[in-house]
Amino acid sequence: MKTQLKLVAAGLASAVLAMSHVTAATPSETALPTITQELLAPPLLPAPITRKTPAKVVVNLTVEEVEREIAPGSRYTFWTFGGTVPGKMIRVREGDTVELHLLNLPDNKLPHNIDLHAVTGPGGGAAQTLIAPGNEATFTFKALNPGLYVYHCATAPVGMHVANGMYGMILVEPKEGMTPVDREYYVMQGDFYTNGAYRAPGLQGFDMQKAIDEKPTYVVFNGADGALTGANALTAKANEKVRMYFGVGGPNITSSFHVIGAIFDRVYTEGGNHYQENVQTTMVPAGGSTIVEFTPRVPGNLTLVDHSLTRAFNKGAIGLMAVSGPDRPEIYSKGIKKPLAGAVAAAPAAAKPAAAAKPAPVVADRAQQLRGKAVYDSNCSACHQPDGKGVAGVFPPLANSDFFQQRPYEMAHIVLNGRNGEIVVNGEHYNGVMPPQDLSDDDIAAVINYVGVELNKGTPAVTPAQVRDMRKSRQP
Amino acid sequence: MNGRAAIRSALLTLAVLAGDGMAGDADYRAIAGGTLRSVLPADGVASPAIVAPYLLRTRLVTNAEFSAFVQHTPEWRRGQVPALLAAPSYLSGWSGATDFKPLAADAPVVHVGWFAAQAYCASEGGRLPRWYEWEFAAAADDHRADARDDPAWLAHILGWYADAGKQPPHSVATGQANYYGIHDLHGLVWEWVEDYSGLFVNADSRASGDQKLLDYCGGAALSLADRRNYAVLMRLALLSAMDARQDGANLGFRCVREPAPHEQGPRP
Repeated sequence: MKTQLKLVAAGLASAVLAMSHVTAATPSETALPTITQELLAPPLLPAPITRKTPAKVVVNLTVEEVEREIAPGSRYTFWTFGGTVPGKMIRVREGDTVELHLLNLPDNKLPHNIDLHAVTGPGGGAAQTLIAPGNEATFTFKALNPGLYVYHCATAPVGMHVANGMYGMILVEPKEGMTPVDREYYVMQGDFYTNGAYRAPGLQGFDMQKAIDEKPTYVVFNGADGALTGANALTAKANEKVRMYFGVGGPNITSSFHVIGAIFDRVYTEGGNHYQENVQTTMVPAGGSTIVEFTPRVPGNLTLVDHSLTRAFNKGAIGLMAVSGPDRPEIYSKGIKKPLAGAVAAAPAAAKPAAAAKPAPVVADRAQQLRGKAVYDSNCSACHQPDGKGVAGVFPPLANSDFFQQRPYEMAHIVLNGRNGEIVVNGEHYNGVMPPQDLSDDDIAAVINYVGVELNKGTPAVTPAQVRDMRKSRQP
Repeated sequence: MNGRAAIRSALLTLAVLAGDGMAGDADYRAIAGGTLRSVLPADGVASPAIVAPYLLRTRLVTNAEFSAFVQHTPEWRRGQVPALLAAPSYLSGWSGATDFKPLAADAPVVHVGWFAAQAYCASEGGRLPRWYEWEFAAAADDHRADARDDPAWLAHILGWYADAGKQPPHSVATGQANYYGIHDLHGLVWEWVEDYSGLFVNADSRASGDQKLLDYCGGAALSLADRRNYAVLMRLALLSAMDARQDGANLGFRCVREPAPHEQGPRP
């Protein structure tokens, strides 16, 4: 009974406060021009600041709980700032006053808040912004320190909120401004913990045990496996100066951030004031950031990875930047490859037995073709591309592939066991790693026959029984 | 005890008179209580909570039941309730002041604030459960009084959060009741508790400096025990974000009654 009275009193008090809450701005505040923050979906971010004086920046950030693909065919319920992972970037100037409005949509399920690492003060705004669905919180702070800062939800259990995608970054530009560049991008790495295995189909739940054990199912850039590949690849022209604002949301896994084929001219280590020059790989902590600058010089694909490499090859931590421009052989040559003198005689002999063992004609029905397409779309298309054309220099083509047409049986072997090292397809040299695929005998046969028939105008070549025998003969 | 029982039965009589026996339909089960290893230690450190015997409503309060309540108590109708006691979103899924359609009659009522929930429970001769009472009953699965050491069960109740909750909650009591005969403590809606705003108090406020630590990531880890039970911790986070007049699309309630001496219930 006492509690109830207290609560009624509290309710009255807060209502009175709410009614008497008139916006009485202080003189210094009224002097500031008010700017509403433009919010863009990553990898884009607001334009550089040209102002030379402080302003009041109003940020309207909406918490949205959304179900979408974490990988092709695999769905997940993300909790987001602004509907994207990472959340929309906030860009202000040192000395600005930031008025943050956090809106928790009425059809959300959970309470959320925001802790911005750019805030000087306990909790970074977390206490002021804790709100249930259907409410809005307002919190004002002064951006005292320049730098690139992570923001994230801090509602208990915080690890789960962050693991579901609730992080983004706020850039506080120094008063003197930043040197101009030709392109800017915004990328964040995060680790995800799903009940099912990597790329398991259907709606996946959050796996608390995997999270506590820090054993992610996915480690990805910008919230999904493939968020920065294929049609979503970043782009640049040769000789353009590129600046990337890179952060790690976590919740747990740090990043050995590296761009294959580029050297960072400058790395503003940990998102701070000072830069190191000529860096290959930079360590980014969970809840931390870095600003990297580099200048691509030749055309082709640069590959963003977490150089803790099984994350890149088995958990999705891979992105692409397609660079266009003229060839520059004086910087980067095509290369010449030829077999060693002793190996020339041996090669045809090794190829012969496969050709001699003439397999019986294999029949693939319509159902197998459909299954093959599904397996292809969810397991192969992210790297080899939906049309099977691959990515020049990185992922070999599967469509109209001489290698595939000549050696479908070996292709099944590669799908089953993975492959490491140089391979020549249609005269192009590739040197990468393909991880073994966790697929059934039926699925491997189906996908090989799908690629053979649909992408190479061939005939079905492999049966599930052959894949089974292949699996049996594997080294333990 | 006698005095309280008398008041209770008087309230109950009033409610029955006013409500055509609607209160009498609700099923309550006796739970004996005992010591509870709570996610909120009683002393803010490690002490178990002591839960006195109580009668817990087996089902969440439904749209039909709440509709009957507002028919007989017009002051709790949408449009008549003072703004001080209910948010503009009060009963916002209903088509009319007493008409819950298009929502299902047997779905839990949502968009109800703490004051309205407490008033409803009073009409059934009860009150909202206290946090420890709710947590005590919610520790059970269908055959164990305390299933919280079973990782598979913890993962199961956490599964509710994989659903983004964009649809109105489904009917109550569609699944199996738990060990105590109570339905839907997990997996359907959030639930109000009577002492929601008195939670999260650290016994030594001078040492910790702040009373309401749950808002912070690190602070929460300091004041919470049993940090593996994410499904229950999230309920605390939700409740700590609420004001009494606010409501939510996934927030419902059930009630408790104080037991008469012969209704002590089985101990776990």
